[in-house]
Amino acid sequence: MNGWFNRQRALLDFAVSSLGRRKGKTLGLLAVYGLIVFVLASAMLFSHALRHEAKQVLAGTPEVLVQRLIAGRHDLIPDTHLAAIRTIRGVKSAQGRLWGYLFDPAAAANYTLMVPPADAPAVGQAVIGAGVAAVRDAAIGDVMSFRAHDGTLVSFTIQAIIAPESALVSADLFLVAEADYRRLFGIPDGRFTDIVVTVRNPREVRTVAEKIDTALPDTRIILRDEIKRTYESVFDWREGMVVLLLSGAVLAFFIFAWEKASGLSAEEKREIGILKAVGWETADVIGLKSLEGLVVSLTAFLLGYLLAWVHVFQFGAPLFEPVLKGWSVLYPDFRLTPHVDELQVATLFFFTVFPYTLANVVPIWRAATVDPDQVMR
Amino acid sequence: MTMRGSDMVLAAMLAGVMAVGATWAVSAGRVRAEQPEVLRRAALVERLGLTDLALFTEARYTRHPSQSDRHAAFQDHPFALEHFPSGSVLPPRRGRP
Amino acid sequence: MIRLSQVKKVFNQGRHNEFWALRGVDLHLDMGGVTVFRGPSGSGKTTLLTMVGCLARPSSGRISLGERDISALPERFLTDIRRSTFGFVFQSFNLLKGITALENVMIPAYPLGGDHGALKRRALALLERLEMADKAQSQAEWLSGGEAQRVAIARALINDPRVVIADEPTANLDSERSAQFLDIVAGLKRDGKTVLMTSHDPLVADAPVVDRVIGLRDGLIDGAG
Repeated sequence: MNGWFNRQRALLDFAVSSLGRRKGKTLGLLAVYGLIVFVLASAMLFSHALRHEAKQVLAGTPEVLVQRLIAGRHDLIPDTHLAAIRTIRGVKSAQGRLWGYLFDPAAAANYTLMVPPADAPAVGQAVIGAGVAAVRDAAIGDVMSFRAHDGTLVSFTIQAIIAPESALVSADLFLVAEADYRRLFGIPDGRFTDIVVTVRNPREVRTVAEKIDTALPDTRIILRDEIKRTYESVFDWREGMVVLLLSGAVLAFFIFAWEKASGLSAEEKREIGILKAVGWETADVIGLKSLEGLVVSLTAFLLGYLLAWVHVFQFGAPLFEPVLKGWSVLYPDFRLTPHVDELQVATLFFFTVFPYTLANVVPIWRAATVDPDQVMR
Repeated sequence: MTMRGSDMVLAAMLAGVMAVGATWAVSAGRVRAEQPEVLRRAALVERLGLTDLALFTEARYTRHPSQSDRHAAFQDHPFALEHFPSGSVLPPRRGRP
Repeated sequence: MIRLSQVKKVFNQGRHNEFWALRGVDLHLDMGGVTVFRGPSGSGKTTLLTMVGCLARPSSGRISLGERDISALPERFLTDIRRSTFGFVFQSFNLLKGITALENVMIPAYPLGGDHGALKRRALALLERLEMADKAQSQAEWLSGGEAQRVAIARALINDPRVVIADEPTANLDSERSAQFLDIVAGLKRDGKTVLMTSHDPLVADAPVVDRVIGLRDGLIDGAG
């Protein structure tokens, strides 16, 4: 046992000095390899934390939403629908929602205009999200004006700004009174954007949804489960174009690593011949090469993962911001809670460390079975 | 006497593994510490009846991915191509059209 | 005692460039003493030593080391015997570039799993004996020919083999360095090592330290001295 340990340590010594001999190559490889791990790990940590955040934050999202469709397009829903829904068995409550989008030419940004179900601002007043306050450089007491549907000017005094800690869900909100909302868009009383339904028994959600569907064939229904599921696939490996592009880089790296690791140069062949001639067994040579591979891939993994963690959770993933931001003018300033899935990290470890180590060993096997007498020729 | 190569590598690896362990510990600590914030966000969502994260404010149909229908990208015109990056990050809502 | 009977070695058998390096060699080599294999290039002397040193197997014939027939052993066992019994000093020294002289000396002992500190002390002592202690930390490629050879000798001795095999040891040395090499050989002989050398250098063959000269020509023994 002691002998085995001494032998591994001696091989490791030699592996380190072998890598040191090809310093430029080793460092270059480490940099590329580490970068790949960094990007992969960043995407993984970021998307997992974001998914987890969405799951927690959206836990209290409306149970059932009913929207009206006309010719396949969303349309305002009349209060007759509201009355009809209230009569369905199992429905605890139904309430019309008023919300929509407001384009602000001054900031060239889209806001989400909304009438809160309770504690709405007084007429002429507004509560705005931190993102709105940022793009308009607005403070409490400032006045913001918009042109209504008929061209008249509607002004709002900022009554409050929603705490920045909630920016992830509220950055672009613009909360107003019902009267202001209707005046701005010319929506008559008795018409709503959609309807929120609560159900008496949560297990009956699907049954109730089917009943609404039958009673009101011109509607579509969105369940809380569906809302939550939407965010389960944010940055999903299958969906992300980011990942698609990245996979190209990953493949290129593996081709490069394979090429580098599997092609034995004449110099390396000569060295293996020398090692065998001075008394190394094939197994020793293979042990040496796997240790070399392990040192490189483990270092790359550790560096890449640690940098990724710092990137995502200390600096707020600045590299992903352009992707998430897209063409948005208004973007929430948020810091993700570092929810890390250890199993996912272990998977990343497995898929980044082992293939390279293997690729390093395979060609050696061939070379190591060559007769050692070539060094005498 | 200089340090053995194997010792240096083993020490570096150990430091790396410990640093990974430290990130896990720090993560767990922050998850606990930031839980009240998360709950306040969740409370806001419940109070206002919000349905989506405010990540994609670039267009009407990207702001509320859970509310838009499967083919929202084409709803303005049958040949309209989606050109918002968010479409590559989040798929359309599943379930009913 | 090393005994060879009807040893033949063929390269590229069955192809147009088939070449018989040895055509049936019978030989007794006693342990101890210095033996030189002499002959023109292509006479088969290096091939003979690669087979005695367990670097390769004969195409036919038998080689026995003591009581043991080693001509048909699997590679694993050959490696084992090679490591414990033979030390090699190659014609082009074959040091590994980019690492120190000291590490080069230590390499053959790595797979044995001995104590690292003891191994290092042993390697330093060998370099000291060969007057190379001050070059221990030099990179192998910075050494001169004579220095590289002494490092190669130290490497050959690190596992304390009974037999030291040197292939054309003076081919890359001037007369003064060749004489120094022969002094080292004399030291090995005093320590009870068996030294087997190939050479076509008269300086080596005629040296007083040499006990026996074996001539080779066209893959056959050409009269033993």
